[in-house]
Amino acid sequence: MKKRLSAAPFAVWMGIFTVVPMAIVLWFAFTDENGAFTLRNIAEIWQYSGTYVDSIWMGALATVICLVLAYPLALSIARKAEHVQRTMVMIVMLPMWMNFLLRTYAWMSLLEENGLINHLLGQIGLHWSIINTDAAVVLGMVYNFLPFMILPLYSVMAKMDNRVIEAAQDLGSNNWQILRRVILPLSAPGIVSGVTMVFVPAVSTFVISKLLGGSKYMMIGDVIESMFMGDGCNYNVGAALSLVLMVLMLICMSLMRRVDNGEDELGGMMA
Amino acid sequence: MKTLSKIYNGIIFTFLYAPIVVLIVYSFNDSKNRVQWGGFTLDWYRDLFSNELILESLAVTLQIAVLAAIISTVIGTMAAVGIFNMNGRLRRAMESLNNIPMVNPEIVTGISMMLMFVAIYRATGLLQPGFATLLIAHITFCIPYVVLQVMPKLRQMNKHMYEAALDLGCTPFAAFFKVVLPEIMPGVITGALMAFTMSLDDFVISYFNSGSTAQNLSVTIYSMTKKPVTPEVNALSTLMFGSVLILLVIVNARQVRDLKKQKERR
Repeated sequence: MKKRLSAAPFAVWMGIFTVVPMAIVLWFAFTDENGAFTLRNIAEIWQYSGTYVDSIWMGALATVICLVLAYPLALSIARKAEHVQRTMVMIVMLPMWMNFLLRTYAWMSLLEENGLINHLLGQIGLHWSIINTDAAVVLGMVYNFLPFMILPLYSVMAKMDNRVIEAAQDLGSNNWQILRRVILPLSAPGIVSGVTMVFVPAVSTFVISKLLGGSKYMMIGDVIESMFMGDGCNYNVGAALSLVLMVLMLICMSLMRRVDNGEDELGGMMA
Repeated sequence: MKTLSKIYNGIIFTFLYAPIVVLIVYSFNDSKNRVQWGGFTLDWYRDLFSNELILESLAVTLQIAVLAAIISTVIGTMAAVGIFNMNGRLRRAMESLNNIPMVNPEIVTGISMMLMFVAIYRATGLLQPGFATLLIAHITFCIPYVVLQVMPKLRQMNKHMYEAALDLGCTPFAAFFKVVLPEIMPGVITGALMAFTMSLDDFVISYFNSGSTAQNLSVTIYSMTKKPVTPEVNALSTLMFGSVLILLVIVNARQVRDLKKQKERR
């Protein structure tokens, strides 16, 4: 009975510092500078609908690329001997623990007009103007979030029962059929958590687009950031924009959850 | 097929590591030009350690990370024990409370806390953005990681051990410290290390909650990358990568030892 009480500090802390702030975002979104109720902030969001669409498009593109790149890798890790698996997972995780800004900054110096890649390309008479384009931002997203796709996929595939695959082989399936009819459905929970873990941070980023995309307001994250830290800052519109972002992400996630039966891979991935 | 998959894995790993390797190599480059190789030097490291802004923010980062790790580990471990003993709706409510910072986009978590601190400051003059707000924010996003690490250890534990301790005359308090805590200790320590690393690494939430008085390293790096960058940043990256590498090796060695112990017990 009493043991439950030890969760009290947690409940109080998380209540005050996560639930109350959410309520305050809501309050800022529906009031003006003087604290009077208004729907003007919400109305202003329409102005940014194009940016929302762009962000979701770029985030989705990065997510799909990550999935396509990660799937074969995760599968091949999961088929290795146990100690090899451990080492390979470690290799995948390591870049993730390097400061996120520094990783992005590394790409900045690689992709620059006179950066290393163009220097090397220059030797064979080529040039690639990619910095400050959408492509550079998507590349940055793929690079930064690829491990978030590999790890949940791997952790589901590693748990897969090998006998199921052997049974399929015995029953005459070829490799392609096994992949499509056995491995793919069984790895669905991993796909769902991988997609969520890449899509949410990709859509809401402002660092990658700032560093690799130039100074344009490309992503919704850039706009929100400027509403809070920029010169023309407006907390109320910023709160409304974040509210919509939050709701969009919640909708995306509940759609994803419906595909899956709701197994949480997050804890497994972090361990 | 085998060689094909080896080549493919090689390409992906190269993609993951090439930028980091380039960064590390160029931190020893004796030339301001980022492309030309001008010979080996440690000058950038020397510059780094005479850069007061960086040293100051390093101090802030470490203080915040240590404090956030300790406080979130205490609150998170207690929470895990409490939640573990709950059922039904209450338990689900607590679990979703724990999930809020993990599923919310970081930028939303960051600005929501910033707005609250602004509101408190406007109303009472307390909690001006600075060290305290940064610490509170870090504790908040670290707690869920601790809870998620401790929970599985509680599940693995033999429930009757705690009851046995009570039967043998322990007070619930003593039973917790003498029986439960040693059992879940691996989870507690991994949780603490994870909280520490998350705090070291955080940018987005810190950016919105640090104010101008207490910048952590990430925030300082961000302001440095906006200007034409000096190779000092490369030196800094190399050092940070090295320290994270060491931390990770420690965590991993612990987990391997844990696994071995579990196997021996069976």
